[in-house]
Amino acid sequence: MTGLMQGKRGLIMGLANEKSLAWGISKKLAEHGAELAFSYLGDALEKRVRPLAEQLGSDLCIPCDASDQDSIDACFRTLGEHWDGIDFLVHAIGFSDKNELRGKYVDTSLDNFLMTMNVSAYSLVAVTRAARPMMKNGGSVLTLTYYGAEKVIPHYNVMGVAKAALESSVQYLAVDLGPENIRVNAVSAGPIKTLAASGIGDFRYILKWNELNAPLRRNVTIEDVGGAGLYLLSDLASGVTGEVHHVDAGYHTIGMKAEDAPDIALDH
Amino acid sequence: MSDDIAERVKKIVVEHLGVESDKVTEDASFIDDLGADSLDIVELVMAFEEEFNVEIPDDAAEKITTVKDAIDYIRNVKAA
Repeated sequence: MTGLMQGKRGLIMGLANEKSLAWGISKKLAEHGAELAFSYLGDALEKRVRPLAEQLGSDLCIPCDASDQDSIDACFRTLGEHWDGIDFLVHAIGFSDKNELRGKYVDTSLDNFLMTMNVSAYSLVAVTRAARPMMKNGGSVLTLTYYGAEKVIPHYNVMGVAKAALESSVQYLAVDLGPENIRVNAVSAGPIKTLAASGIGDFRYILKWNELNAPLRRNVTIEDVGGAGLYLLSDLASGVTGEVHHVDAGYHTIGMKAEDAPDIALDH
Repeated sequence: MSDDIAERVKKIVVEHLGVESDKVTEDASFIDDLGADSLDIVELVMAFEEEFNVEIPDDAAEKITTVKDAIDYIRNVKAA
């Protein structure tokens, strides 16, 4: 099966390395014929993104600080000089002070709350608005979220609150842009050990818990996420918008520990 | 067994940072001698965690600045 994304172009924002969910999605899109551009934040990430982009036949890598409107505008201006339009946008961006991704949510500082909300939630609104004029024939926007938006996950704290705002934004954006045939959806992936996850305390415990208790009795991979991303960004999902699609081995359906799952403890 | 840990640590460093193996001495500092940036450090720690099936918490990871620091930390955890 090839050609699902033949003739389609899009921008991937927030790729960090070969463990990134955005990489799983990018690989699947390229496999199915999509032409990709990438945005990156700063030199350290550029050094990582360029070789990955090259692997997928792309040399279009543009700097973008998604927390800064001028930087977003400049990014889309540059994109517009190369391409007259895009068909899809992947928003894989989030950040919080990792010192507040341990300890208690009640101790969240205002500065970190606002910064986390800006980078992790408002940035979706800002980049979608910037992409809109380039999606003249409609389009598909995809963001990444986590179950910590819906229920309390240890240590996820202010990031959970930001993801809740992000998921709600998906719905509001879907309504605003629906008449232009621009679809907006999210993938809520189960825990995966990525660079972003390295900031979350006791992550191995969270991984183990999910593996033992999710209906599929395993954790998900970036390939699982890539498949769902491909679906939502392609015409296969032409009737789908405003959706938060769980790619979590079914974990979100679970109400309590599986009877046959062993008791596990923190390793430290 | 402990030499095995040292060799595996060095192999990961060589592969991840793309440096010559003779530069990866035990005293080598990731940042000062091997050209690592702050994201490399996070990625190296993740690679050590995966290779040795251990969790290296942030406060410990912050103290790992040389090849020897990494080897010692993993030896200690594995010995415990």
